[in-house]
Amino acid sequence: MTDKFDKAPAEEPPEDSPVAKGAATTAVTAPPEQIKAIPVRHWGRWVSGVIVVALLGTLVYAFAQGNVRWDTVGDFIFDDRILGGMGRTLLISVLSMAIGLVLGVVFAVMRLSKNPVTGAVAWLYIWFFRGTPVFVQLLLWFNLGLVFEYVNLGPVYKDEMVDVMTPFMVALLGLGLNEGAYMAEIVRAGIQSVDEGQTEAAHALGMNNSKTMRRVVLPQAMRVIVPPTGNEFINLLKTSSLVAVVSYVDLTRAAQNIGSTSFAVMELLLVASVWYLVLTSIFSVGQFYLERRYARGSLRTLPPTPWQKVKANMLSLTSPRGV
Amino acid sequence: MTAMVKAEGVHKSYGAAHILKGIDLEVAPREVFCLVGPSGSGKSTFLRCINHLEQINAGRLSVDGRLVGYREKGDKLYELKDSEVAAHRRDIGMVFQRFNLFPHMTALENVMEAPVQVKGEAKAVARARAERLLDRVGLADKAGNYPSQLSGGQQQRVAIARALAMEPKLMLFDEPTSALDPELVGDVLDVMRGLAEDGMTMIVVTHEMGFAREVGDALVFMDDGVVVEAGNPRDVLTNPQHDRTKAFLSKVL
Repeated sequence: MTDKFDKAPAEEPPEDSPVAKGAATTAVTAPPEQIKAIPVRHWGRWVSGVIVVALLGTLVYAFAQGNVRWDTVGDFIFDDRILGGMGRTLLISVLSMAIGLVLGVVFAVMRLSKNPVTGAVAWLYIWFFRGTPVFVQLLLWFNLGLVFEYVNLGPVYKDEMVDVMTPFMVALLGLGLNEGAYMAEIVRAGIQSVDEGQTEAAHALGMNNSKTMRRVVLPQAMRVIVPPTGNEFINLLKTSSLVAVVSYVDLTRAAQNIGSTSFAVMELLLVASVWYLVLTSIFSVGQFYLERRYARGSLRTLPPTPWQKVKANMLSLTSPRGV
Repeated sequence: MTAMVKAEGVHKSYGAAHILKGIDLEVAPREVFCLVGPSGSGKSTFLRCINHLEQINAGRLSVDGRLVGYREKGDKLYELKDSEVAAHRRDIGMVFQRFNLFPHMTALENVMEAPVQVKGEAKAVARARAERLLDRVGLADKAGNYPSQLSGGQQQRVAIARALAMEPKLMLFDEPTSALDPELVGDVLDVMRGLAEDGMTMIVVTHEMGFAREVGDALVFMDDGVVVEAGNPRDVLTNPQHDRTKAFLSKVL
């Protein structure tokens, strides 16, 4: 940062500097005259700016005029049922993501393995769970009792399917298995992005395949895996609203329940939107720091955190020729 | 005295490409053995066969009296399991042309990694040795740096320290200075010279004829998958017998 500021004054050497004096003996004494030109007027920018602001104003006006009871939104924003629903949305998203991560790593490694059977099984799994809508998958799990009356694990466990497939289990299996298929492809891309020389170096040191994968390949693959995984999680957070159809009371379902009984459908959907935005914003910040951590070693200097950026901007405001 | 490395009629091919066409050679313990030749002559491939990064198709190749990649029982050969191959590799250090340091670990962590993970050594012990080794290659002050923060020459010296951390009885160098700026080559060669003086058995694929002449005990000139000429480096380099060797040396010297 500082060297940029230091360089700034050098563009106009002060008159008493040795350079200026040296020049004075040969020719001109005054510093070169600054160019004074009339700047180009960007009329297009002004016009488009005005149009956008006008459209935005119309939208705000429409909502202000519309039959939305904003005080109701405020009333319900911290309602226990809403907060409970949000908790369950978070819970199901985090657990599904955890399942998705584990399955993703397992199926990615299976797909890359030399064993043709595991490779084919992994391919089949990804093909099915990526090729059908989550909505349909959730309904499939929900209705599993129609084809299997009992869950029978021999002497270990036996129960009726309808008792096992609670809304929670359906949501967890539906979202988790679907996520696993997407994560498998992300992890596979990550593993394949690591240079082959890394595996060779690890092998040459006497590491076996699993150590090489865990200690050398996966940590480097993480740099490629983390950004899309963050997107996946934020996507999942919103996709989880589909579990409302299998009667799992998440944020969306809670908002709908209250909305339909208190005749404030739109207001409660806005409440839900606010909380979804809060959650996705928080996780976006988390993603930034996670990416920064896995950039260790691959970047010479890490990207600045938002706080560091703010500090830098404050500095540049105080200096005349800031960035 | 048994040879450290013994190759008898070693062949290697990738599909239709016949890379090694019957290599016979012997490397004695404590010897600095240089492999030179034009690119594509198979010298790197042969080096990679020695620690089983490549599997040979015919012939016999042994390190310290043990067959590479196979176990012999009666007159039958059995392929080794991955874990057995890994165990063999512990005793053989390898230095690559492109360094291949682990970029997510600091220099110190790179050197500590194998003793801790492969031998199950205590971290304190591994750390002490890693610090000693980094000091030996002249990089004690770079222990906390990541590879991306080091120059090519420094990275290669860390890579040598990393290989030495496993206390190997044989070191393989695959064109260790070919990816370096000319002014950084000297530092790496100095470290290798020091190793040679300590009696390490080294097989070095190189284009540094000065190093081969000064430090090498034996030299083999390879071309098109066969050994063309072998002998004392000073004799071969100053008085080559074979036309192909003469032609090659006239270009590189």
